[in-house]
Amino acid sequence: MIWVNTIVQGILLGGLYALFAAGLSLVFGIMRLVNLAHGDLIVLGAYLILLLVTLLGLSPFVAVLVAAPAMFALGWALQRYMLNRVLGDDILPPLLVTFGLSIVLQNALLEGFSADSQRLPTAGLASASIELGAINVGVLPLMTLVTAVLVIVVLNQIFYRTRLGRAFRATSDDAVTASLMGIKPANIFAVATGIAMIIVTIAALYLGTRANFDPSVGPARLIYAFEAVIIGGLGSLWGTLLGGIIIGLAQTLGAAINPEWQILSGHIAFLLVLLVRPRGLFPRAVD
Amino acid sequence: MTLINASSHRVEIATSASRLAAIAGFVIVVLLFAAPAFVSRRLLQDLFFILTMLGLAQCWNLLAGYGGLVSIGQQAFVGIGAYALFGTSILLGVNPVPAILIGGVVAALLAIPTAFFAFRLAGAYFAIGTWVIAEIVRLLVAQWKMLGGGTGTSLPNSIRREFWFTETIQDLFGVRAAASRDILAYWLALILVLSVIGGIYWLLRSRRGLALSAVRDNLQAARSVGVDALRMRWFVFISAAFGTGMIGALIYMQKARISPDAAFSVQDWTAYVIFIVVIGGIGTIEGPIIGVLVFFILQALLADFGSWYLMILGVIGIAVMLFAPRGLWGLFSDRTGIQLFPIRRRLVRPMISNDKREG
Amino acid sequence: MALLETRNLTAFYGDFQALFGVDIRVEEGETIAIIGANGAGKTTLMRSLSGVLKNVPDAITFEGQAIGDLPADAVMTRGIAMVPEGRKLFPSLSVEENLMIGSYGRQIKGAWSLDAVYKLFPVLQERRNNPGTALSGGQQQMVAIGRALMSNPRLLLCDEISLGLAPVVIKDIYAAIPRIKASGASMVIVEQDIGQALKVADRVYCMMEGRITLSGTPEALSREAIHDAYFGKVEAA
Repeated sequence: MIWVNTIVQGILLGGLYALFAAGLSLVFGIMRLVNLAHGDLIVLGAYLILLLVTLLGLSPFVAVLVAAPAMFALGWALQRYMLNRVLGDDILPPLLVTFGLSIVLQNALLEGFSADSQRLPTAGLASASIELGAINVGVLPLMTLVTAVLVIVVLNQIFYRTRLGRAFRATSDDAVTASLMGIKPANIFAVATGIAMIIVTIAALYLGTRANFDPSVGPARLIYAFEAVIIGGLGSLWGTLLGGIIIGLAQTLGAAINPEWQILSGHIAFLLVLLVRPRGLFPRAVD
Repeated sequence: MTLINASSHRVEIATSASRLAAIAGFVIVVLLFAAPAFVSRRLLQDLFFILTMLGLAQCWNLLAGYGGLVSIGQQAFVGIGAYALFGTSILLGVNPVPAILIGGVVAALLAIPTAFFAFRLAGAYFAIGTWVIAEIVRLLVAQWKMLGGGTGTSLPNSIRREFWFTETIQDLFGVRAAASRDILAYWLALILVLSVIGGIYWLLRSRRGLALSAVRDNLQAARSVGVDALRMRWFVFISAAFGTGMIGALIYMQKARISPDAAFSVQDWTAYVIFIVVIGGIGTIEGPIIGVLVFFILQALLADFGSWYLMILGVIGIAVMLFAPRGLWGLFSDRTGIQLFPIRRRLVRPMISNDKREG
Repeated sequence: MALLETRNLTAFYGDFQALFGVDIRVEEGETIAIIGANGAGKTTLMRSLSGVLKNVPDAITFEGQAIGDLPADAVMTRGIAMVPEGRKLFPSLSVEENLMIGSYGRQIKGAWSLDAVYKLFPVLQERRNNPGTALSGGQQQMVAIGRALMSNPRLLLCDEISLGLAPVVIKDIYAAIPRIKASGASMVIVEQDIGQALKVADRVYCMMEGRITLSGTPEALSREAIHDAYFGKVEAA
């Protein structure tokens, strides 16, 4: 029974990692851009929510609604004025620019908020749990997983059912031909990064309510997100969810054996998948 | 079109600037070797820092600038090289000076499984893949209780007193043991950096260098003309790890204190190094030399400002990448045409141009 | 006033000059054929007209306005649609989605809609949910033409629409041209297949080495004149 419990906790943790990863997966799927500042942007989102909570006395779950449009605007501008300039065949410029951005963000947060760890207040929600049979399930982890599934459903709807989604896919296939359809690739990319930042804000909400955070925790979130994306297969959103769950499961199982092995087990699970399925579990046919 | 008259043309690599630079370089190297005789211990320590960062930067430049392999996991090789030195000297009683070489070998060995996994990842994902592997190595080393686990350990005084050559240096310069260790570390750093630069320059001028630039520019095209691209990438990756591992071992021999978080720090051993290469000019040997000097000056000026300093470094790095992607040396070289380490083969015509187009 | 006019249009790929002062004119409702050998600059001309290759503003005027420096999406919005060489369907989009995205930047009512395109090429309706790239070459070409028509363009640019297709398929596709013409759109058709081009064109331009070497109505041009304009005069070779 204790193992069943561990597995359930692992799956729930996977929901958090899937949320970290969904934005990364979206941006990579559309413009082949790997944003090394992704984890730090999640942390930035958490601080933005914290700021709204402290200054306006909002609940974090309301503050996220204010923070999300701001983060959308930030993502849009970041893409439009900075990252679009370095997109191209050479992978080095976008990597280095986002790596630089990661360092700037970490240190700006350090300067603004100090290295003290913070937590978003949840009025008892963080410790609430419900009983499912013999297993105790935390309300917040459950909400995280449900949110992750919802985010991926909504993203898939946008991707496959809307005019914007068609433009995303067309631009991803061939930006020059897309421009012959009247699509402005620079704007499409900016909107995509904006949407990714909305997901980042949602991920930040759960990052900050479930555990402590400080300016230095971004890179580790980037790595978990990256592992989930690779395991799932580049560009597959459901694959990303599964990838997140696999990392979550591996970490929880590892921690059950020895708490020091938690992070290591996740990384090793990633390497094992890479060994067996180099292109991930659901590689897309078109690449 | 007229046929090129073969006897009147030569293929040349050297330029007049490079010949001058070779003479100036020789003088500088002699001065650097003699430096312990006339500079302060403090300056020597600064020079040690500059040299080791330059060595790491040259190795990363070989990978990313020439090999197209953008790794952000080089801290794995710094850390493992350093831990190999601590492990072999503390646990096996090997003298730390030869253990530097062991550090390089162990790093090169680690590079084999690293490449095996990371080469499965294309482009940008290769970068994060190397980072993940560096994290794995850090977490594993933190489990190594005999070397202090997560908190790390120090080189015992009994070992530090036994460094090769330090007694000779003490006699030669009439200095104390601690100062003699600094001089030793400085000389070793100088030798290492010169070997790394020399090795890279030799590689780039050889046939392999041509193959390498073909691989970087276009993997598919390089394959189609018969360059064994994959083998080239393995070779570059393992060589860079070997150099990085030796430098890592030397850095921590001089520090005499190690911990997993410090030795596997992505900021100290990869972010700074990338900054140095990018700001100086990626894909050139001159670039990292310029870059490390700029980096050192910025650090000297701004180190007191803590996180502002790092923010400024990040902003400068981004600005260079956006507006001068070939770095300071690229700007200078474009304007003047000067190359100190020329690797391009040029066709030299001693006569006036005679290939007027016909047709 | 001509619908589209180029004045001294030049184009470069790096140091290589591909067009040397090309002057062409397309009148309202007219179909122009541009013929020439491989490398004559036909595709470069089309890429310039569609905005993929930037130019100086005055090099291209459309409805009296200088558009030479506009990006492709702005050119398309003004009513110039392109059927690119090699069809360039979007592999991630179904046939119907490929058609629908054709009107992304220009949604106006007109002769062309999804239904009208399906009427023109009925086979596309049967395969509407297939990925665009699962179709035969001829069907893909139909999608590419339909996609361009979806924006109800004033000027349709067709680059090598018969390239790589079997003669019977080419015939099917060219059968659609008169119906497109009847809808009021002007056309510029780039062709290597001179016979097809002369059949549908009101006027013909012949290109060689980045220059217009001959122009006129199909009836006025002799086989010899076209041959010379196409391959160069024998003495010069």
